[in-house]
Amino acid sequence: MSGDVCIVGIGIHPFGRTDGVSGLDQGVFAVRQALADAGVEWSDVQFAYGGSDAAGNPDTMVERLGLTGVQFINVRNGCAAGGSALFSAQMAIKSGEFELGLAVGFDKHPRGAFNALPSEYNLPDWYGDAGYMVTTQFFANKITRYMHEHGISRTTLGRVAEKAFRNAVHADHAWRREPVALEEILEGAMVSDPYSKYMFCSPAEGGVALILASEKKARELGRPMIRLKAAAMRTRPPKSFEVFAPSIDIGGGTATATQIASADAFRMAGIGPEDIKVAQLQDTECGAEIMHMAENGFCKNGEQEAWLAEGRTEIGGALPVNTDGGCLACGEPIGASGLRQVYENVVQLRGDGGGRQVPGDPKTAYSHVYGAPGVSAVTILER
Amino acid sequence: MSAALVRDGTGAMMRDIAEGLFTAENPPRLIGGRDKESGRIVFPCPPGDRFEPFPLSRTGKLWSYTIQRFRPKSPPYAGPEAFRPWAVGYVELPGEVIVESRLANVEFEDIRIGMDLELTLVPLNPEAADSVLVHAFQPAGASA
Repeated sequence: MSGDVCIVGIGIHPFGRTDGVSGLDQGVFAVRQALADAGVEWSDVQFAYGGSDAAGNPDTMVERLGLTGVQFINVRNGCAAGGSALFSAQMAIKSGEFELGLAVGFDKHPRGAFNALPSEYNLPDWYGDAGYMVTTQFFANKITRYMHEHGISRTTLGRVAEKAFRNAVHADHAWRREPVALEEILEGAMVSDPYSKYMFCSPAEGGVALILASEKKARELGRPMIRLKAAAMRTRPPKSFEVFAPSIDIGGGTATATQIASADAFRMAGIGPEDIKVAQLQDTECGAEIMHMAENGFCKNGEQEAWLAEGRTEIGGALPVNTDGGCLACGEPIGASGLRQVYENVVQLRGDGGGRQVPGDPKTAYSHVYGAPGVSAVTILER
Repeated sequence: MSAALVRDGTGAMMRDIAEGLFTAENPPRLIGGRDKESGRIVFPCPPGDRFEPFPLSRTGKLWSYTIQRFRPKSPPYAGPEAFRPWAVGYVELPGEVIVESRLANVEFEDIRIGMDLELTLVPLNPEAADSVLVHAFQPAGASA
């Protein structure tokens, strides 16, 4: 195939809690919106990749959308499910085999922390019995070490959450859309030190769909040309520090799947971090956004302290980060979360962000998801 | 590995939470696994032929920590219904590996990265005479 893969249609079912609507139906809602946005019919869609962690097999949505016989492949890849669906979809078009396809993700999780079992992670039962199968424990341990090594203050963690809720006020699809004062964030009930309840995202519900097309097909459709310049998905290298780790190598935590995926994406796109005008970075908790700013190459370890204090990641700043409030304000429906980031980037590149629009007519946008046990997916979009 | 050892705890007889985790010595050590080819050390010792049991250092330094402030979901958590927050972190055993562990016999506000720690075993349910024992690290010399 010559030319770039383009995103020609986007759809989203609002994130949060929607009682009485299944995760699958939230996905279907998003697909119909994306089809209408692209100006195509379901029967035009040649293939689909769908991601869901807890809300059933995505391919069963053909029952709702129409039994066109379309090729539909399910993707299950932890928090990177959506990113992996998108990665696979763009490969299908790049291969020259297809011209128009769908990447969709949706989920619907029970309330409260994720309920992981040791056997799902190849771990012995005692590890769960003793109280270690708790994702929030891991996140807190990881950021405590990072703060110690790189001089990040708890106030900086609080600023990340403050920004998320403030940005979400202007995002129709976000869940928590009320601003929360920094003091309230810092003094909120502690979940796992140093994190208060405002500093973690919650499992949630939602659906996102993207229609992808070859460059030729995109021109025919006449939609704004949003080019997928890079999509990279990587697993962890040695010396990473991942969730549910009874032990880690000495020197651990210094290498991550994100670093590799990010470097690959920038190489594919032929640009560098300094060229990016808006970024959506995985922020399952405040520290994740902090660490991912450095892991994706936007700043050095420790510089986040000044970046947040100076407002450089605000919507009007040098590099706006998580313009729709990210996972902190949208919650995390695992299958949909990574695609929400790309949805938000398309909105920004089209200039449709309304009260959260990044000024200056941004032409480049970056998205990054990270999940257990050390998977990361990055995309770079250009208009 | 031998069957789960019954240890003479604080007057009560308590079993290890699982077999093959702690040595039978008193005081005990964690049993890690050493990759026969690369020499890499992990905890616990994985099943299979690739790793051989490797008793780990009894002492180390705190690498990171947090406080578990809510009762984890059951399953899988098998601790008591009554919940009191506990400290949990990672301890670097010099030249070996960094192990995840509860922290015991230390006030939360006194916990510092880099502090010297030593291994102990504590009951998962402090109120039960027949509790299982889990590993924890405490400030060096705390039990002296």
